[in-house]
Amino acid sequence: MIPDMNELQTELHDVEQAVADAIKYAKQLGVSAAECAMSRSSGINVATRLGEVETVEFNQDGALGITVFRGQQKGSSSTTDLTAKAIRAAVEKANDIARYTSEDPYAGLAPAELMATEIPDLDLCHPANQSAEFALEQALACEQHALQLDPRIVNSDGAGYSSHVGYRVYGNSHGFVAGYLQSRHSLSCSLIAKSGDAMQRDYSYTVARHRDDLWTPHQVAEDAVQSTVSRLDGRKIATAKVPVVFRADVANSLFGHLVAGISGGSLYRKSSFLVDHLGKQVLPSWLTVQERPHLRGALASSPFDHEGLATHDRDIIKDGVLQTYLLTSYSARKLGMEPTGHAGGIHTWEVTHQVENLAALCKKMGTGLLVTELMGQGVNIVNGDYSRGAAGFWVENGEIQYPVEEITIAGNLKDMLANIVAIAGDVDARHGVRTGSVLLEEMRIAGV
Amino acid sequence: MQAQNVEHNLLHQHDLDSDKLQQSLATLYTGAIDFADIYLQSSVNESWVLEDGIVKEGSFHIEAGLGVRAVHGEKTGFAYADDISPQALQKAAAAARGISLAGENKQVNAFSRSAVGLRYPAVNPLASLNEHAKIDLLREIDAYARSLDPRVVEVIASISGSYDEILVAATDGTFATDIRPLVRVNCTVLVEHNGRRERGSAGGGARVDYHYFTAAVDATPRWKAYADEAVRQALINLEARPAPAGTMPVVLGSGWPGVLLHEAVGHGLEGDFNRKGASAYAGKIGEMVASELCTIVDDGTLKDRRGSLAIDDEGTEAGYNVLIEKGRLVGYMQDKMNARLMGVSPTGNGRRESYAHLPMPRMTNTYMLAGEHDPEEIIRSVKRGIYAPHFAGGQVDITSGKFVFSASEAYLIEDGKITAPVKGATLIGNGPDAMRQVSMVGHDLALDQGVGVCGKDGQSVPVGVGQPTLKLDAMTVGGTD
Repeated sequence: MIPDMNELQTELHDVEQAVADAIKYAKQLGVSAAECAMSRSSGINVATRLGEVETVEFNQDGALGITVFRGQQKGSSSTTDLTAKAIRAAVEKANDIARYTSEDPYAGLAPAELMATEIPDLDLCHPANQSAEFALEQALACEQHALQLDPRIVNSDGAGYSSHVGYRVYGNSHGFVAGYLQSRHSLSCSLIAKSGDAMQRDYSYTVARHRDDLWTPHQVAEDAVQSTVSRLDGRKIATAKVPVVFRADVANSLFGHLVAGISGGSLYRKSSFLVDHLGKQVLPSWLTVQERPHLRGALASSPFDHEGLATHDRDIIKDGVLQTYLLTSYSARKLGMEPTGHAGGIHTWEVTHQVENLAALCKKMGTGLLVTELMGQGVNIVNGDYSRGAAGFWVENGEIQYPVEEITIAGNLKDMLANIVAIAGDVDARHGVRTGSVLLEEMRIAGV
Repeated sequence: MQAQNVEHNLLHQHDLDSDKLQQSLATLYTGAIDFADIYLQSSVNESWVLEDGIVKEGSFHIEAGLGVRAVHGEKTGFAYADDISPQALQKAAAAARGISLAGENKQVNAFSRSAVGLRYPAVNPLASLNEHAKIDLLREIDAYARSLDPRVVEVIASISGSYDEILVAATDGTFATDIRPLVRVNCTVLVEHNGRRERGSAGGGARVDYHYFTAAVDATPRWKAYADEAVRQALINLEARPAPAGTMPVVLGSGWPGVLLHEAVGHGLEGDFNRKGASAYAGKIGEMVASELCTIVDDGTLKDRRGSLAIDDEGTEAGYNVLIEKGRLVGYMQDKMNARLMGVSPTGNGRRESYAHLPMPRMTNTYMLAGEHDPEEIIRSVKRGIYAPHFAGGQVDITSGKFVFSASEAYLIEDGKITAPVKGATLIGNGPDAMRQVSMVGHDLALDQGVGVCGKDGQSVPVGVGQPTLKLDAMTVGGTD
């Protein structure tokens, strides 16, 4: 069974109407402004393990959130019950709360003139077969292939397939109401390999809005096997300072910390290592990061942000210089700046690269650590201190020597970002930040 | 009385009753299905946040729904609905049944309503203070924290509460209800001195109402103690220098550092990972997996604690379960499915985030029992190492056993004395190895203040942790110095 696009469109229009009604009701209660968001998604989530069905889960999730302003006082409420009666109750509750919160001179909707006026079709919804049979077939094919590829794979933590479609609607009392349909499909496989008494687990996954863009079950299996067996017989290395490569699938986390550091909330609280860095050099001069919110079919694409602001292409970093902060209307007012369409987060970022692939990047590094996994939360955005658990491979003369585990890598984010030596073209498109592997000049390794 | 109210709210108000649940279970309980259950829940929560000296945010959330599960061997069919009605129940039951082939109808056991002693009050905390009083409490925290030190430049204070009613009915005759209050207050401060900014944070909570925070412990209201602690931590961090890097002895403080046990040991002892052979502790029952100084328990029975439960989310009474006794692995934490597949009894650890999530073995309050040493004696025994009384959180890979956690407050120990504060200390190790390194255990067992949230497979549940002061002879410390 494949969800019907026409039915989804009809439902989306009904929900747009429900959102408009909620805002109208809030106005009747005497609020000065209101905004309302509603999302729904439905689909299936299955898991298999060792060739058997493990779980078949039918998902149906929905929620409505409403925020009202009484002058400069704000109240919010949300409900998962989407009947008209429950929605009205939620509006009333938000209205009640707004009587108790304080006057906040910065509270309010985003400026009316910045609302998106056109909602481009970004090709974000491609429903696919959501039958349990089909989903199980995908997961079983992936896991079965994985289990026969290498004798060191002794167990499985299971394979999973999921497929969901839904929509998101946002409206506010400027008269803006818009929504769009979206889909998401994914396949994953997690394996256990053994050497002597020691076990290692790793996984691989693929995710896309269009099912045809997923890797095949065999590709996922092969990637998972390779990742898992390559971790066996890891060693600790000596405490030292060495150059480090973050492989593409963990390198996006570095840019994730950049996102946190230039987000309005961290800046107006002066809780960022990048306070007062707008227009300043934060990355090397050869590095540029562009935001592309309208990339067709991309996971992080969106025609408007969570406040109804139009999204558009922009430079985040140009020639290493920070071009913009990431501001909601609230943080923009706090900072005396313009909102940037980042309520709800970033849209696809594309990071430049100048080295062909990971092998070439390791060659450029010569001797050092290739990091393929990070653990723990040892990142302090206030001052940039960075110290996380890591695993990966020791590299000498550009060649992988042996797996490394149970070490930490430490530094300061400001230095780490400024001292990026090179980035490879092995871009991982599964993330909102599309970057290849990143070579850093030096980090402190703690080991034996 | 309490149970009848829950039945009224979750069933009768929605045109349901225990007979209808029984009939619905009977339609599921056919052929190869070993077990089925229905979980109904209604939940409200609120939170109020103060920042910049004003109460900026107030929010309220309401949800109710039901989940139906059918289990056949290792297979589970699951569906849920975000409304409670006979139609929603029927539809979810039909979807959940999808995993099994048709077959003979089996007899659903008659429901037995068992009474479990109260482990926390059946109160709705949201109603325990009026909105003005909640806001006044936040303002008091703000004013008090700012009064503690001129270097305090920002205070973020929050108060939140939730009230849950749950009902679970199963083919094995389970018919159980619970009322679960949960409250929390948090205080975060930012301090600034000579251009350097640091943060400190503290808070607490329990399964009680909001009066908990104004109640005094040692003559100080709890909310004041949180503000004192947040400011103290932030000021210490202002003085902190980079942590050393390398392998050295580590002394963990009592209370919240028990997050080490939660990560390094607890997750690895959850039944599902062990049934699947995916845990570093799989197949090791009866073996020595820690130094003989270590006895570790998971205890859902503690009064009013954040991680406590009267019954788990499968209706099993929460228990006091010894996991490791004097270093020897004696038991795993189980839900019904994993217990059945492993041929043991459920331990009251079957938990789920909500009706929209499947239950699985989860921790409640996990802690190490007290030992014999004086905490000061433990510090004195270290020539050069780290003392870590506070952690920001951690993560574990249960298959390799590796864990990581980050200290939010730490000091150097030099020649048996605590000296300079250090920042950015990350500890990394391997669960079984680290537990063998435990060489001294203090007599000062303490539990955390009631702020723990545990995540597993995308599901969050409230938990507690605790331990006495502990010494580990060698751990890798990841600093920058």
